[in-house]
Amino acid sequence: MSQNDSDARERHWEKTRSLMILVLVLWFIFSLVIPWFAKDLNSLNFLGFPLGYYMCVQGSLIVFVLLIFFLNWRQDAIDDEFGFSGEDGGEE
Amino acid sequence: MKGDFIQNLPKIYGLYTGGFIIFILLMAVLEQMGVSAETIGILFVLFTIFIYAAIGWLSRTMEVGAYYVAGRQVPPVFNGMATAADWMSGASFVALAGGIYFGGYGYLAFVVGWTGGYVLVAALMAPYLRKFGCYTVPDFVGTRYGGNLARFCAVVVLVVASFTYVTAQINATGTIAARALQIPFEVGVWFGLLGILLCSMLGGMRAVTWTQVAQYIVLIIAYLVPVIWMSNKQGFGIIPQFSYGEAVHRIAELEKEFGVGTKATESFPGVRVLTTLTNNPGGTLSSWKFATLALCMMAGTASLPHILMRYFTTPSVRAARKSVAWSLFFIFLLYFTSPALATLTKLQIFDPTLATGIIGKSFADVQALEWIQKWHAVGMLAISDSNGDGLLQVNEFFMRPDIVVLATPEIAGLPYVISGLVAAGGMAAAMSTADGLLLAIANALSHDLYYKIIDPKADTKHRLIVARALLLIIGAAGAAVASLQLTGILGAVAWAFDFACSGLFFPLVLGVWWKRANRAGAIAGMVLGFGAGAFYLFHLRTGGAEILGLDHLRFGIVGMAVSLVSMVVVTLMTPEPDEETQQMVDEVRIPSGRAILSESH
Repeated sequence: MSQNDSDARERHWEKTRSLMILVLVLWFIFSLVIPWFAKDLNSLNFLGFPLGYYMCVQGSLIVFVLLIFFLNWRQDAIDDEFGFSGEDGGEE
Repeated sequence: MKGDFIQNLPKIYGLYTGGFIIFILLMAVLEQMGVSAETIGILFVLFTIFIYAAIGWLSRTMEVGAYYVAGRQVPPVFNGMATAADWMSGASFVALAGGIYFGGYGYLAFVVGWTGGYVLVAALMAPYLRKFGCYTVPDFVGTRYGGNLARFCAVVVLVVASFTYVTAQINATGTIAARALQIPFEVGVWFGLLGILLCSMLGGMRAVTWTQVAQYIVLIIAYLVPVIWMSNKQGFGIIPQFSYGEAVHRIAELEKEFGVGTKATESFPGVRVLTTLTNNPGGTLSSWKFATLALCMMAGTASLPHILMRYFTTPSVRAARKSVAWSLFFIFLLYFTSPALATLTKLQIFDPTLATGIIGKSFADVQALEWIQKWHAVGMLAISDSNGDGLLQVNEFFMRPDIVVLATPEIAGLPYVISGLVAAGGMAAAMSTADGLLLAIANALSHDLYYKIIDPKADTKHRLIVARALLLIIGAAGAAVASLQLTGILGAVAWAFDFACSGLFFPLVLGVWWKRANRAGAIAGMVLGFGAGAFYLFHLRTGGAEILGLDHLRFGIVGMAVSLVSMVVVTLMTPEPDEETQQMVDEVRIPSGRAILSESH
């Protein structure tokens, strides 16, 4: 492993890790924090639903789906930046 | 058709979906011509099982790569559908909406937990396990940490968690088969097992993949059609999921009017009255209960081997990641419908302005309804005029939560063809999950225990024969346990998640994300975490007191806490892993380059 390559790997991993932390923070908010305060959120209305209820049956779920598509999009960009995409015939 | 099988997939499954819709229409015509409801139910279940078996037969294989990981060529969208079917079990299809109907807000923790877990799968696990190139989850543990003991511990956790889960699924196939085919439950269980084995025996992962895609299509149609139909009848439009907010408010008013929460004065075995409000988040304790349950389900999702191994079948790391996103999208379609179904069904039963409303109506009239009599006859529903006022009160209407989905078409007065469709959907959901689980167990035993630990010189033919024999034995054991009916469907499923996250979550995550993690730490994490979780469950079941309000559905919290602490402490007390292992972790972290394990390991 050359010095350059090892540098690239390190920076690639640093960026991957930051992305992972960002995704997990959002995940934590929508899966645990918002349901925790469902009672307070229920006093607000959204699309005709009480908001707290809405988040647990739909809102958070939609966020999860979008979050994974977002993660993939960012991770692909990071992999491409360092030439680690794995889609260029470097497969087993 | 030109081109190879993989390129033609959209065409093949498009034709399949069209064929299935034509079959539904044909059944509807037969119903109009006066064919009995029983015959239609039987036709639905037998026809769909026949299709799955045919796919299983066509996918038979004698190659190791095809048997264990479907030749690693499943495109992300199709793998997403297969994972969704693998994931959504009898519990999601049959029991979840009923749970929400009866349990209200507290139950929504399952909805959030069983979807949010995929964020963990995508961010922490799937791409890295795919890069590793393993056949099974213990394969990863055994190679990353080295040594047969670590591999063996992972096999034990996998078998306990998956076996708990699979008995619940065989139970569900038995229940549905028994009702649709009018055979005793004990026979239904073995019949269900036969269907499951037809799908997986000959073709392993390859056969299971293509049947699961077919099963997903059946189950999602079967879940969405009744809800959309019902919603149209009630005036909530074609996409009820976004517009039933009014119904939630309306139910809250009706609940007040009917006095939901009053306990029943009588009791009947196996059935209960509704006492929980639909939208009732309480104080800190209920928030705590919600969060701990959701957390167990999420971490369990990210450690259940039958789900993780689906991502070993994609062509590349990037495809694995993409397929997690599609999986969650396909799962989401059912999960955001489930609360809508619970709400609309409740409104059907409650609302006095709808023809189907029964609460507050004359007791004699309700007693004369066909669906009340039918479900009453099988002991899943009961009504009793406890206060003798001649009207049916909400605390006089007893129902088994599990039947909400199955009975909804009849409650809402939909044609019987819809009930047949729902039975076929429930069967598809339970069979596809049971398939994935049986295969996960049999593969771990044949690949990790037999080939890697007991007889590393075994040849291909031998390995695949052992794998199939194990599939048969474990299936039979599962059916035998299921026919004893020890626990309810949903309870057993929650336990499976708790077992999996207690023993496997941290060893898997830290194996990728913490280079320092070593063998001793991983073994401690698996053994102590799993042991602590199992001990806490045993403690609760033998009458012990709950700690911090953690009941038997949430024992994974105890297991995970012990697992994390012991793994970190033991790892830091022992020397760091050797140079080779550290390089292996570096290699796992980038998507390009060769897999860690060679194709024929």
